[in-house]
Amino acid sequence: MTEPDITPELIAAHGLKPDEYERLLGIIGREPTFTELGIFSAMWNEHCSYKSSKKWLRTLPTTGPQVICGPGENAGVVDIGDGQAVIFKMESHNHPSYIEPHQGAATGVGGILRDVFTMGARPIAAMNALSFGLPSHPKTAHLVKGVVEGVGGYGNAFGVPTVGGEVRFHRSYNGNCLVNAFAAGLADADKIFYSVASGVGMPVVYLGAKTGRDGVGGATMASAEFDDTIEEKRPTVQVGDPFTEKRLLEACLELMASGAVISIQDMGAAGLTCSAVEMGDKGDLGIKLQLDAVPQRESNMTAYEMMLSESQERMLMVLKPEKEAEARAIFVKWDLDFAIVGETIPEDRFLILHGNEIKADLPLKALSGTAPEYDRPWVETPKAAALTDAPEVDPIEGLRALIGAPSYAHKAWVYEQYDSMVMADTVRAPGLGAGVVRVHGTGKALAFTSDVTPRYVKANPFEGGKQAVAEAYRNLSAVGALPLATTDNLNFGNPEKPEIMGQLVGAIKGIGEACRALDFPIVSGNVSLYNETDGTGILPTPTIGAVGLLSSLDELISGLPTEGCLALVIGETAGHLGQSALLAEMFDREEGDAPTVDLAAERKHGEFLRANREKLTAATDLADGGLALAAFEMAEAAGLGVALDAADTATLFGEDQARYLVACTEAQAQALEAAAAAAGVPLSRVGRFGSDSVSFGGKSAPLADLSGLYRSAFEAAVG
Amino acid sequence: MKAAVITFPGSNCDRDLAVAFEAAGAEVVRVWHKDTSLPEGVDVVGIPGGFSFGDYLRCGAIAARSPIASAVAAHAARGGFVLGICNGFQVLTETGLLPGALMRNAGLKFICKTVELEVATADSAFTDGWAKGAVVRFPVAHHDGNYTVDAETLARLRAEDRVAFRYRANPNGAMDDIAGVLSENRRVLGLMPHPERVVDPVQGGSDGMGLFRSLLGRMALA
Repeated sequence: MTEPDITPELIAAHGLKPDEYERLLGIIGREPTFTELGIFSAMWNEHCSYKSSKKWLRTLPTTGPQVICGPGENAGVVDIGDGQAVIFKMESHNHPSYIEPHQGAATGVGGILRDVFTMGARPIAAMNALSFGLPSHPKTAHLVKGVVEGVGGYGNAFGVPTVGGEVRFHRSYNGNCLVNAFAAGLADADKIFYSVASGVGMPVVYLGAKTGRDGVGGATMASAEFDDTIEEKRPTVQVGDPFTEKRLLEACLELMASGAVISIQDMGAAGLTCSAVEMGDKGDLGIKLQLDAVPQRESNMTAYEMMLSESQERMLMVLKPEKEAEARAIFVKWDLDFAIVGETIPEDRFLILHGNEIKADLPLKALSGTAPEYDRPWVETPKAAALTDAPEVDPIEGLRALIGAPSYAHKAWVYEQYDSMVMADTVRAPGLGAGVVRVHGTGKALAFTSDVTPRYVKANPFEGGKQAVAEAYRNLSAVGALPLATTDNLNFGNPEKPEIMGQLVGAIKGIGEACRALDFPIVSGNVSLYNETDGTGILPTPTIGAVGLLSSLDELISGLPTEGCLALVIGETAGHLGQSALLAEMFDREEGDAPTVDLAAERKHGEFLRANREKLTAATDLADGGLALAAFEMAEAAGLGVALDAADTATLFGEDQARYLVACTEAQAQALEAAAAAAGVPLSRVGRFGSDSVSFGGKSAPLADLSGLYRSAFEAAVG
Repeated sequence: MKAAVITFPGSNCDRDLAVAFEAAGAEVVRVWHKDTSLPEGVDVVGIPGGFSFGDYLRCGAIAARSPIASAVAAHAARGGFVLGICNGFQVLTETGLLPGALMRNAGLKFICKTVELEVATADSAFTDGWAKGAVVRFPVAHHDGNYTVDAETLARLRAEDRVAFRYRANPNGAMDDIAGVLSENRRVLGLMPHPERVVDPVQGGSDGMGLFRSLLGRMALA
């Protein structure tokens, strides 16, 4: 088959800038073949190369005594004691989900699960953070339905409990929804599998599903802005099959236990290209692939298509040759493909053969090591003006405005479509705060949360970045878990615009500062840029996924308030209403600065809470929506009313940081107050749980009415 | 008691079911779908939840035709106990060991939550630890749990007291609120809710243990 000529149009269609193409010519010293152009395009796009963000990502703290492996592998690895490790990562699938919500979201879940089990871990928990456009936008309901079905359809069939996440709505996501999928797995710390190939002449084995034409060029598509040609991009979205993924999981874990694996890498973005280059590069080896051996789903596939296909549920492995028969038998048992498609070679070479032709012959190291890296110009986000003319509202009306808005309404419509209990280790299901999963067969547990407040990040990237980390820290602390480590999923607009680049830089600086102050290192992550449609960017959305450890289930704080419990707030309340949920939802005003995050107070208050868990009946963090929303949510979950003493808007709806709401019996409250006084931690009584009405100051409404609104608003908006 | 737990490709509650049987005191053997016979001395066969064969064709349809299915049918014909949960219930209806079919939920969505069930009969090895009418809380997690059966068979199931559990608030449109049914000899139970997910208070409840303990109690007497 003749291949197209290399023209400037073809180069541009591959997302390579003229200067990047010059660089390519300099590396190989000749014009590339069509297949080679495709390979460079796949390796150098933003999605795979992090070319805009690398300089700043390097500034993040990634180490700590608990960290076994930080960023650079498929997922981060963190010690949880007793020779065990938790392996986790969060990754976006934004562009595919907007084009084809069900499959886009499903394959996002599939991809992150493979990232985890390719390291030898059995996935034990999933979360997803979703951002959609306004409910009134014509595409929103369709996207919500499709994404939620896609997430559920894949995770439920695969058999991993979905234990947490976020769903928000904002007009900036109208043309570009965000789907950030998190997965965590469990493995023995001495049985982690990495992607470093070793040994010359070792067989390179293709595992899993067959290769089709789906997703060809997907990673390049995911690195471009959207415009009105979007519908034409639908064929670049891959199709997921959780049934194959489940078999691939079981087969891979059996394979790893057999001792046959030298290195293994899942085929994600840019499929065969990325996975082969990664293993060769890390092992300082070359790779030769004979594409005729690749299991193919369609006929007459070209080398270009096979190298760039993003067909799902595939792995590439370097095998110990003496174990071939045993390894093959495992894949036969699970009815999956097992094909030797190449070998490791001593020289720095990526050699692709198809038929009797050399389709690509490139220096391997140059493909990953010399990807362009940009120090893009950026401007610091101007300091936001302080909020003036803060409104004073009827507090019950304020609460109604929040709980009647889909961003703050009860999310059962979403999470009841996810199996949150499969594996039978779920201790704390979704609904309120962090999800908690028992470490199978032990008395330990892990807690999971994902957090960010994009309004804050837009107003003040640095404080907003800090706040996302601090809120994750609080959510873990509020269930009694020791915050261990984080993963960041940075969703931003076009980094070629200095103001967008400034948001990215500011947020990374804030995230880094918070992670350092809280001993909460980043062990994995993902960057999604160019989240723009027709030139308009999303709210900067650096989602922080985080994991905490309960070394014993006795440490769990999971109760609900009971009739007569006192409500107390740990931390200082100043009444910061800038960029608050109340302002946004009730008045459509996104004004003022983000709240300042005092990291020393965050740490101190979190430690205080964890040290005094026996003096609490229930705990939750205070975040957007403030005291009023948190008190309502906690009371409503218990089927109780609540009475808060305050009547003023700033106290009830202010979003000051480093605060928790706790419920205590009178005896507990006295003990907690004594402990707080001794520790120098601010603690104040703010009200009482009980009865069947919600009252703030003098205003009140029946719990049943508010509960009805809270539990129906999501479906009413987008169901 | 010796329990066999079958694994089909796509089963994902097989481990959970094995753990629940073990917690109740049973010896558990794991059986692969390509096996053609059950191990010696198996008292009860557990068919777990999940998405056997990806739910392709119809939920449970391909599993019902896999090599192990005829061994399970022979075990049931000998009077052996069989417990099918969720996808396992779907497999049992597809094999014909239980009547009826599990259709798409009336709300057309997958639904996962803990629901209240009424123990509709205490006359079975699975339910005799409870009084008829007792209320238990088990989770459901399914897309196709809408139990459907022809009118004549439904009348027969009622007349023969073969409805094992009923939903107190029907989540999926199942006829007569049926959550679980028994075979004619009362030794095969299929149910959509997951008792194996509530066998330890840490899971938010332990009502499911009642079912496994009842079964073990019966074995001890046998």
